[in-house]
Amino acid sequence: MPTLFEKIRDRHVVAAREDGNALLYIDRQLIHEVTSPQAFEGLRRAGRSVRRPGAMLAVPDHNVPTTPERAERIDDRESREQIEELRKNALGAGVALFDINDPRQGIVHIIGPESGLVQPGITIVCGDSHTGTLGAFGTIAFGVGTSEVEHVLATQTLWQGMPRGMRVIVNGALRSPVAPKDVILAVIAKIGASGGTGYAIEFAGETIRKMSMEGRMTVCNMTIEAGARFGLIAPDEITFAYLKGRPLAPPPSLWDAAVADWKTLPSDPDAAWDREATLDASNLEPHVTWGTSPQDALPVGGSVPDPEAQPDASERARMRRALEYMGLVPGTRLTAIPVDKVFIGSCTNARIEDLRAAAAVASGRKVHANVTALVVPGSGLVKRQAEEEGLDRAFVEAGFQWRLPGCSMCLGMNPDRLKPGERCASTSNRNFEGRQGPGGRTHLMSPAMAAAAAVSGRIADVREVTR
Amino acid sequence: MIEKFVPLNAVGVPLDRGNVDTDAIIPARYLKTLKRTGLGAGLFFAWRYDAGGSSLPDFPLNRPEFRGGKVLVAGENFGCGSSREHAVWALMDFGFRAVIAPSFGDIFHNNCLKNGLLPVTLPAAEVRSLIDALLAAPGAKVAVDLPAQTVTGPGGDIHAFRIDPFAKKCLLEGLDEIALTLASAEEIDRYERERKKATPWLFLDLAG
Repeated sequence: MPTLFEKIRDRHVVAAREDGNALLYIDRQLIHEVTSPQAFEGLRRAGRSVRRPGAMLAVPDHNVPTTPERAERIDDRESREQIEELRKNALGAGVALFDINDPRQGIVHIIGPESGLVQPGITIVCGDSHTGTLGAFGTIAFGVGTSEVEHVLATQTLWQGMPRGMRVIVNGALRSPVAPKDVILAVIAKIGASGGTGYAIEFAGETIRKMSMEGRMTVCNMTIEAGARFGLIAPDEITFAYLKGRPLAPPPSLWDAAVADWKTLPSDPDAAWDREATLDASNLEPHVTWGTSPQDALPVGGSVPDPEAQPDASERARMRRALEYMGLVPGTRLTAIPVDKVFIGSCTNARIEDLRAAAAVASGRKVHANVTALVVPGSGLVKRQAEEEGLDRAFVEAGFQWRLPGCSMCLGMNPDRLKPGERCASTSNRNFEGRQGPGGRTHLMSPAMAAAAAVSGRIADVREVTR
Repeated sequence: MIEKFVPLNAVGVPLDRGNVDTDAIIPARYLKTLKRTGLGAGLFFAWRYDAGGSSLPDFPLNRPEFRGGKVLVAGENFGCGSSREHAVWALMDFGFRAVIAPSFGDIFHNNCLKNGLLPVTLPAAEVRSLIDALLAAPGAKVAVDLPAQTVTGPGGDIHAFRIDPFAKKCLLEGLDEIALTLASAEEIDRYERERKKATPWLFLDLAG
C-alpha cells in the first residue's frame, strides 16, 4: 500500500502530533557557507551545541571563485568571510569539511552523492532548495531555510507535515542527444512552476528506470522548479552499483544488510497517488526556455510565443513582462536567438555524463567568435575524471574555459556572472530575472544543447549541429 | 526565533505579479552577510532601482502612498525558488508582517512561519479584489486578525483564511521551536538507539 515516500517517512517518525505533523529524524545534513552562518550563530547565542556532528558534511560552493588564484586568495571580502566562517563553524563543531582546496570540494548536491553518504531510505536536508537532487537515491531529501538548518544542528530532527503524493510516469526511449534535462524541462512545462507545490513527486516509468544516477539526479534536481520540495526515484540495481565502494557508503561488512533493507523501499504496486502525470519520452525534442520561469520551456524547433494569444489575463501580463525582460519578440524562432555566454555547470548538469555530452559536441569544433563559454565541473573528482578522459582538452581546444568546481554562473554570488543585457545558454536550473547577474538573460537547456549554442553563436538544435 | 504576531491594521501594498521568486525578493549578492539584519536595503532591489541605482517611482514600494506598509498582497506562487531565508528577513526588515497571496513556494511559506511573518493564503479571486482595491485607493489599510483568522479589505470585505493550528500557536506566542523540540530529547535518544541497531551503517561518523 504505502509509497516510497511514506515508507521512508514512517521509519523516521520520532514523535507525532494529532494534527498530522510529525517530528522526523534527519539522518544527514549537508551544509554550505551561505545559509549556515546565522544557524551556527543562533546555536551559540542560545548556548546550544551540534547534536551529531558526525551526521553532517560542510563544503563551500556558492561563493568560491572558479579560477586558479583561489588557492592563494579570494578578493571579495564578504565571500572570503563567509568561507572562513564556514571553516570556523565546521572545525569548531567537529563537522567534516571539504575545504576550498580539497580535491573532493564541489557543489554540495554533487559531492554528497559522490562521497556515498546519500543512501536509499534516508532523510537528508540542506539549506538549499536543490537538495531534492538527492531524492534520486530513493530518499526524503529537501531544502530548508536557515532556521531549520539550526533546528537540525541542535536536535537532528524537524517537524514536518505530510505532503500529497504525485507520480510522474515517463515512458519511451530517449533519442540521444535528447537528455534527462529535456525530460524535466518538459515535465515542468507540462505541470507548471507551481504544479508540484505541496507534493512529493515520485518519478517512475521505463525512461527513469533506464537512466543513470547522474541523469536521475538531473531530473530530481529541478522538481523544485515545479514547486515540489521533494522529487524521488525508487532505488534499484543502478543505485546500488553507483554506491558500492564509495568512501562513505556502507562498508563491506554491512553492505548486504543495507541492500536488503533498500530493496524493501519501492512503492507498493497498489500504492495510491493524489495526482498522476505522464510523459512520452520517445518523441521528446531538445528543450529550451524562452522566458523567466522554468515552465517557459519549448522544443527547440519552436518560436517565442505571443502573449496576446494567452486567454488568462494574469498569465498574459506575466508573459509580456518576461518577453520585455528577455528582449524577445513573439514569433522569433528560438534558433535565431544569438547568445553572448554559455555556461555548462551547476548542480543540475555538472556531473561526468553532462561533461561527456557537451564535450562530444565541442570536440573538433570551435566556440563562436561572439561567445564566451565556461565549463565548470561539479566537483574536484568530476574534474579529475574528466581530465583523465581528455574532456578538458576537447573543451580547451574548442575555445571553452575549463574552470575549478563551484556553483559559478548559476546564481551571481561569485565572480562568474552575466553583465546587464547579456544572454546566456545555460545548463543551470533557474532563468529568473537577474539570477545569473543583474539584467542577465538566461535560456535553460541541456549540456549538449549548450555546447551546440557555444559553437553556433546562437541557440541551435544540437541534432543539426552534429549531423 | 519567532517574532510574536500582533494584530495588524496597516497600509496594504499591492504587488500585482505572479511567480515572484526569492531571487527577486532578495538578489544573491545580499546573501553574503553573516547576519539576519539589515536586509531590507536589498528587498526587491532590481525592481526598486534602475541599473544606475535611481529609484523607480512606479514600483509600489517606492510610492509615497504605500510607505509604512506592513501587508504585502501578491500573485500566485509567491516566494518560489531558492530556499534563502534572507527573503523573509528582508521583508520583515522592511516592515512587512504579513503576505497575502493565492499560493506560496513551500520553503518560503515554512521560512515565514519560523520568523513571524504571517503567510495568508486566499482564493485567487479574493486576492485579485484586494489588489484592485489597493491599486484604486493607494494607502488604504488591510486588517489581519490571526486569532479570528480573517483579513479585512479596504472596503470592509472580510476574508477568512486557514492556518495550521500549531503554526498559529507558535506565531501568537512567539515560541522557540528548538526549545520545544529539545523537550522531546529522550524520545530522540530512544529513536537513535533503536535505529542504530536496525541500520548501523547510518551511524558511521562522516568525519571518519
